[in-house]
Amino acid sequence: MTGNVRISLPQSAKPGEIVRIKTLISHPMHNGFRSDSRGERIPRDIITTFTCHYADRLVFRAELQPGIAANPYLTFSAKIDVSGEFRFTWTDQQGKVVEETRYLAVDV
Amino acid sequence: MCRGVAIGALLVLALVNGCGTEQKWLSAPVVDSAKGSVNSPARVAPKSGLTYQSSDTQQLQQDEFSNPGMLAVDAGERLWRSAPADETPACADCHQSMRGVALRYPKVAHHNGPLENLEQRINRCRSEHQQQPMLAYESSELLALSAYIGQQSNGMQITVQIAPEARTYFEAGKDYYYQRRGQMNLACHHCHELNAGRQLRGDLVSQGHGNGYPAYRLEWQSVGSLQRRLRFCNVGVRAEPHDYGAQEYVNLELYLRWRAAGLTVETPAVRR
Repeated sequence: MTGNVRISLPQSAKPGEIVRIKTLISHPMHNGFRSDSRGERIPRDIITTFTCHYADRLVFRAELQPGIAANPYLTFSAKIDVSGEFRFTWTDQQGKVVEETRYLAVDV
Repeated sequence: MCRGVAIGALLVLALVNGCGTEQKWLSAPVVDSAKGSVNSPARVAPKSGLTYQSSDTQQLQQDEFSNPGMLAVDAGERLWRSAPADETPACADCHQSMRGVALRYPKVAHHNGPLENLEQRINRCRSEHQQQPMLAYESSELLALSAYIGQQSNGMQITVQIAPEARTYFEAGKDYYYQRRGQMNLACHHCHELNAGRQLRGDLVSQGHGNGYPAYRLEWQSVGSLQRRLRFCNVGVRAEPHDYGAQEYVNLELYLRWRAAGLTVETPAVRR
């Protein structure tokens, strides 16, 4: 599983503010129905789960299906209360995990 | 399914030819002034392929974060900065900014070599200065490097200068552009000049400029080079595509760059 990841998250926010988070990961998301140039079936290879934890609390979770295009792009929001770490994890069908973290500080 | 469509399309062409009212665009004579001349802009104002995309696709390209082509640019930057082997310089050890470099290719190598495009120049640098095996055309590494270099020229205007030593290649590229080919017997200009802006089944035909390549095509679900797009065009008119890196395509790339003069570089563009 390739680990080429892009994450957009502000470095700081005010308490109570709702921030928008954008994530993009490079992955072929082979749905199992395509074939290569020699006509051989390309086996299914997809990311199955994405989670985002903020200060050790689950704030967003998605289950991905074979119909989702390559390089899945997910965007969501979270309400900020404390300074803490955002932990993003992508898990593929073999159980391989890509994890990225970003720190967000609350303006006092 | 594909074969059915092919036979259907041929039948339609045969019917059009057979009833004696051949459609104008199939037989329209090539007006020489439409081609323009070297170092003078083409007659029709160029329009980027971006203008023929849906608003969703346009937004995807213009948002620097969500543009999926930026994944290749990021990967290219990592390759650029890392040495491929011990005691071997990384690209970044010799080169600084590559802004404007992509605009100068294809060009004739200084020691009397053939016309060379950016991908071939990257590979020559790799073999001459890094002593590494050449990267395969359309490999993710070569695409990443060419996307990274191309992206640095993003927003710069394409110019019309054709160097004297490149003139013969330019003329060959122009001839290729106006040469009919394939079972459909269509030249590039039949679609991209005479019918640009009109509907081809569900799609709008673009003017066929390469200013966004390497580009992320939604159909490919990945970044691809201009030559991959040209091969796709050849297949579309049922002609045998050339191999990657073929001289015909490099010549055509030069002609297309001239044709796109006035447009800005959009690498990595997003196309349907």
